[in-house]
Amino acid sequence: MSTVIDIVFRLAWWLLLAPLLPGIINRIKAWVAGRRGPPVLQLYYDLARLWQKEVVLSTLASPGFVAGPAVGWISLTAAVLLIPLGPLGAGLSFRGDVVLMLYLLALARFCTTWAAMETGSAFEGMGSAREVSYAVLAEAAMIAAMLSLSVHTGSVSLTKMLEPTAGPGAVLLAAGLFTVLLAENCRVPFDDPNTHLELTMIHEAMVLDHSGPPLAVILHGASLKLLLFSVLLTEAVLPMGQLSPFAATGALLAGVLTVTIGVGLVESFLARFAFRRVPLLLTMAVLLCVFALLIAWKGGAA
Amino acid sequence: MTANLNVLIGLAMGLNLLALGSSRLPSLIRTMSLQGVLLGVMPLLMEKIDWQIALIALATVAGKGLIIPGLLRRAMRAANIEREIDPFIGYVPSLLLGATATIGAVALAQALPLLPEHAGSLLVPGAMASVLTGFILLIGRAKAIAQVCGYLILENGIYLFGLLLIHSTPLLVEAGVLLDLTVGVFVIGIIVDRIQRAFDSLDTRKLTALRE
Repeated sequence: MSTVIDIVFRLAWWLLLAPLLPGIINRIKAWVAGRRGPPVLQLYYDLARLWQKEVVLSTLASPGFVAGPAVGWISLTAAVLLIPLGPLGAGLSFRGDVVLMLYLLALARFCTTWAAMETGSAFEGMGSAREVSYAVLAEAAMIAAMLSLSVHTGSVSLTKMLEPTAGPGAVLLAAGLFTVLLAENCRVPFDDPNTHLELTMIHEAMVLDHSGPPLAVILHGASLKLLLFSVLLTEAVLPMGQLSPFAATGALLAGVLTVTIGVGLVESFLARFAFRRVPLLLTMAVLLCVFALLIAWKGGAA
Repeated sequence: MTANLNVLIGLAMGLNLLALGSSRLPSLIRTMSLQGVLLGVMPLLMEKIDWQIALIALATVAGKGLIIPGLLRRAMRAANIEREIDPFIGYVPSLLLGATATIGAVALAQALPLLPEHAGSLLVPGAMASVLTGFILLIGRAKAIAQVCGYLILENGIYLFGLLLIHSTPLLVEAGVLLDLTVGVFVIGIIVDRIQRAFDSLDTRKLTALRE
């Protein structure tokens, strides 16, 4: 019984806190540009507003149009439960849960693209194609990063893998994971979340035809994914296991905040890359993670 | 101690990648100078810090991190060249080549009969990776300044090798190499200026055709 309460409580925290991150990023961007910007809680208002709206369904769309966002959101929520929270440990933890997490993230992506293509719109097909082709490299980087953590700690359970710092390769791993975070969450050098030019957008292009609660679920899922990646990045770099519980919680919060501010600053100071340059950046992210793996394998033993 | 050193060498290997992937001359120069600074800090981590080591570290940081990049930037401004590096070998292929070279270097270092105190350190693979990255930049880039950067990264690799011998030779050899290199960069600066005046471009491909 207590495990159920623990999981519910944990999930409530994740779900409630997630929409805060895009708000903070927008605040940072506004601050750098000298504007007042939207309130930090803007996404909460948006979600509440969208939840009350009705759904417009295309006559072409199969039930997958609504099922896609739902399944995607559920798989992201499940992935979140596998991530340990410093001293609290993970909601669910078993040998090899890292593989499940990777697959749940992939499932969430599949569901978003599937739902996007349901209406048969050309733009959404294009957005899906871009999303999936970037994912080829981003997922490779993610797998290499997880592999390097696993080699470094000699374990395949996320709780153990994220406990110590990532060792000599930590900086490379952090750089690689941060790039993956930007790519996976469609942040600036890869995609501009503010743009509404169909020819340049990726994530926005996929959700053009969604409305009402399904759109709210997609937006919330996206913020959940951002929080998941920033927690993962923070815990991979900081030695969570060696800190006292209070210090670890503080470090986790500070780390997530730093990552969020970092994303905001990157968005303020960088322009979106041309499409032909994106694979270069992603290849670099893959190789950074591979180098971290190499270093964990050869240099970390001593 | 080895762990701290490995962090820096890992970072230097990451910078190698960045150098291979950067498409603008200023960012390439910045990457190279950052690597120089990292390399300059390394002796401080390896030895007990006395004034000699501190002086050497300071000289390396100043030379590799400030003076040489400064000279290159000046040459770039003086010759008024475009910032775009146009590569013979594309960025992604050169990145992959560099990664293969690094993996090869790690594998080769494993097979070398190293002293036991160097076995856990990344010095040897890091050195070979930097040398090979420098080679790839030297062959793969058309602009003279980008080639100079490749040459300097190659020299960074040699410097890493030199750090293995820090106990027996107090970086005297490195000081000599660095002096040579500074002179070399001076000379290249002059040559760059000449090429620019003669051909209105720094593209070394134009040097292969004879003209009256």
